[in-house]
Amino acid sequence: MKLNRRLFMGGAAAGAAVATLSAPMAHASTNGKPRVVVIGGGAGGATAARYIAKDSNGEIDVTLVEPTRSYYTCFFSNLYMAGFRELGSIAHSYGKLASEFGVNVVHDWAVGIDREARTVTLAGGATLPYDRLILSPGIDFVDGAVEGWDVTQQNKMPHAYKAGSQSELLKAQIEAMPEGGTFAMVAPPNPFRCPPGPYERISMVAHILKEKNPTAKIIIADPKEKFSKMALFQEGWGRHYDGMIDWIGPDFGGGNVSVNPDTMTLTIDGEETKVDVCNVIPAMKAGRICEIAGITDGNWAPVNPHTMQSRVDENIHVLGDASHQGDMPKSGFAANSQAKVAAMAVRSALTGSKLFPAKFTNTCWSLIDADDGVKVGASYEATDEKIAKVDGFISQTGEDSALRKATYEESIGWYAGITSDMFG
Amino acid sequence: MNIIECVRLTRYAFCMRWIRHITTCFAVLAVTATPSFANEIGDADKGEAVFRECSSCHSVGQGAKNRVGPHLNSLFGRRAAAIEGFNYSNGLTRMGKDGLVWDFDLLDRYVENPKAFASDTRMAYKGLKDAQQRADLLAFLRRYSDDPSNIPEAAPTAAGTDHSVDAAILAIQGDPEYGEYLSSECVSCHQLDGDYDGIPGIIGWPVEDFVVAMHAYKDKFRPHPVMQMMAGRLSNEEIAALAAYFEAAGS
Ligand SMILES: Cc1cc2nc3c(=O)[nH]c(=O)nc-3n(C[C@H](O)[C@H](O)[C@H](O)COP(=O)(O)OP(=O)(O)OC[C@H]3O[C@@H](n4cnc5c(N)ncnc54)[C@H](O)[C@@H]3O)c2cc1C
Repeated sequence: MKLNRRLFMGGAAAGAAVATLSAPMAHASTNGKPRVVVIGGGAGGATAARYIAKDSNGEIDVTLVEPTRSYYTCFFSNLYMAGFRELGSIAHSYGKLASEFGVNVVHDWAVGIDREARTVTLAGGATLPYDRLILSPGIDFVDGAVEGWDVTQQNKMPHAYKAGSQSELLKAQIEAMPEGGTFAMVAPPNPFRCPPGPYERISMVAHILKEKNPTAKIIIADPKEKFSKMALFQEGWGRHYDGMIDWIGPDFGGGNVSVNPDTMTLTIDGEETKVDVCNVIPAMKAGRICEIAGITDGNWAPVNPHTMQSRVDENIHVLGDASHQGDMPKSGFAANSQAKVAAMAVRSALTGSKLFPAKFTNTCWSLIDADDGVKVGASYEATDEKIAKVDGFISQTGEDSALRKATYEESIGWYAGITSDMFG
Repeated sequence: MNIIECVRLTRYAFCMRWIRHITTCFAVLAVTATPSFANEIGDADKGEAVFRECSSCHSVGQGAKNRVGPHLNSLFGRRAAAIEGFNYSNGLTRMGKDGLVWDFDLLDRYVENPKAFASDTRMAYKGLKDAQQRADLLAFLRRYSDDPSNIPEAAPTAAGTDHSVDAAILAIQGDPEYGEYLSSECVSCHQLDGDYDGIPGIIGWPVEDFVVAMHAYKDKFRPHPVMQMMAGRLSNEEIAALAAYFEAAGS
């Protein structure tokens, strides 16, 4: 049986080699198939793995390295906090990538990358050779970004900026707030994952508090003068949660904060406030593995916009939040869009398939209150310098409730569409 | 107490006031942004004659009822697909949900080329190309609406432009392989299994419907900001490629 299988595989590989005779033979793998290793099974990585496996018809060997067995999307995790979604509905497994698309899913951490030898080392000890490596590890937090906070404090002061247990924790803390208590958020500086994310979260927190704890207060300390969809959020906050939300921008010290998780205090511009829940969202950087690979410049990994190849090493593509690419926001939609461009470029390099011009899109929906959805989006193209915005649109203030409801319903359709585009 | 101290101590109250201020400004903007038009441009009496062609399916005036098409009383200012119990197409229903309210400009576009405006419309009418006849027809229909405010002073910009897709464009043979790559942008929102879940399914559309619809978005003839943006940067060949791919993907 074993022998038969091996023979069969050999035959298939030989067939593939004949079919792609014109392809650049840049790869040096054992069974003749070029190998792609994808690190990170989130928005960018899962999409890239699926598209390469799907479109190469078995000509490329795809391995996906991802430590968690269930990926919780950050998108819609704010809706979960407000009770609009169940936690299970934002969890996705890798079963279909393996069974329907033939992706080799390895649940482990990548801990080392040898760019000379073109190998990835896993925490479990295994070594994976690659012809092309795709990195989509998302974000990590900048050390010391918020005085008094580090990841060891994330149970007392959750970030909930990687979804899953952190989202559950923050939701539980909000629900346990004393009557008339205070929810505080320390908002991050630019650039960060999901520009409207913190403000959608504030909206969702306000939604629960209005229902369960209407005398509670919300404070946001923000180092930014302006934020995404600001006019839309502020209009919505005025309409739905009047008097509940206090946004403290940099002019009022919002950029000068420290926290003390033991005493549950937040100090803004020297003024200490006792809070009941403190959602600290620190400054961000590319997932650590990019630094380990030596492909970062500052906090992020610069890429070539035409192919998403690292500017440092053309055998590596970087997707999503970790990449420094130009005008696109760090969003799941953007990571998904970039992954398709990278998948096409990788297939073209390894099997000689056609290379089409890169196109990118993004739309971010946010929910302000039940049935009150807004959106912002743009299309992009690759220039030599950066991914450059071509055209865009944004919801308007003063829109009627039917349109806002339709926008929210559209976001539900989008979620269903994009998650099946990622995970099959 | 110096100024910084003062600002620091009063900032919470100040911020709230500021947020309220901003909100009020927007509320005012929203109100003043609504255009108000006064004059009619068509000849309603001539429009009555034009309407005869419509009257095999639509009725208007006292006692008008839904027939093959919905009755057309109070059409101006009515939300698309708003008459309860009438079986509208998905496309018009969706536009109604998106907030589309019939005014002169939108009715003008719809009557000019119904299929370009809403692919799956049940109105089996090829469209009225003559801008003056449309203006007359709409002036006639407007008699049966309470709200005279949405007849523009001047002919709308859309009038006079032909929105049917050129035969040469319809004849382009799309490259389905390119279409497949381009389609990866569409399926970030439109579900591949064709489910209509807040966002319409697009799998298996006939090529011509697809091309007409995409060009209608590209020309900003059909309303929807996301689709106008997406179609806006697609070339004729790219639209043909997508049409070829999506038609085949349905079989
Ligand atoms: C509250 C919130 C709301 C959001 N809402 C939206 C929204 O509505 N729409 C939208 O488009 N985007 C939204 N986003 C943004 C979106 O979640 C991210 O931009 C997106 O997930 C980025 O994709 P990615 O592939 O770069 O990273 P991720 O999706 O974070 O995936 C990274 C994966 O890599 C894995 N990983 C990391 N390091 C390693 C390693 N060394 N070895 C192996 N695996 C590793 C991680 O476990 C993780 O699964 C939101 C984000 C937040 C926080």
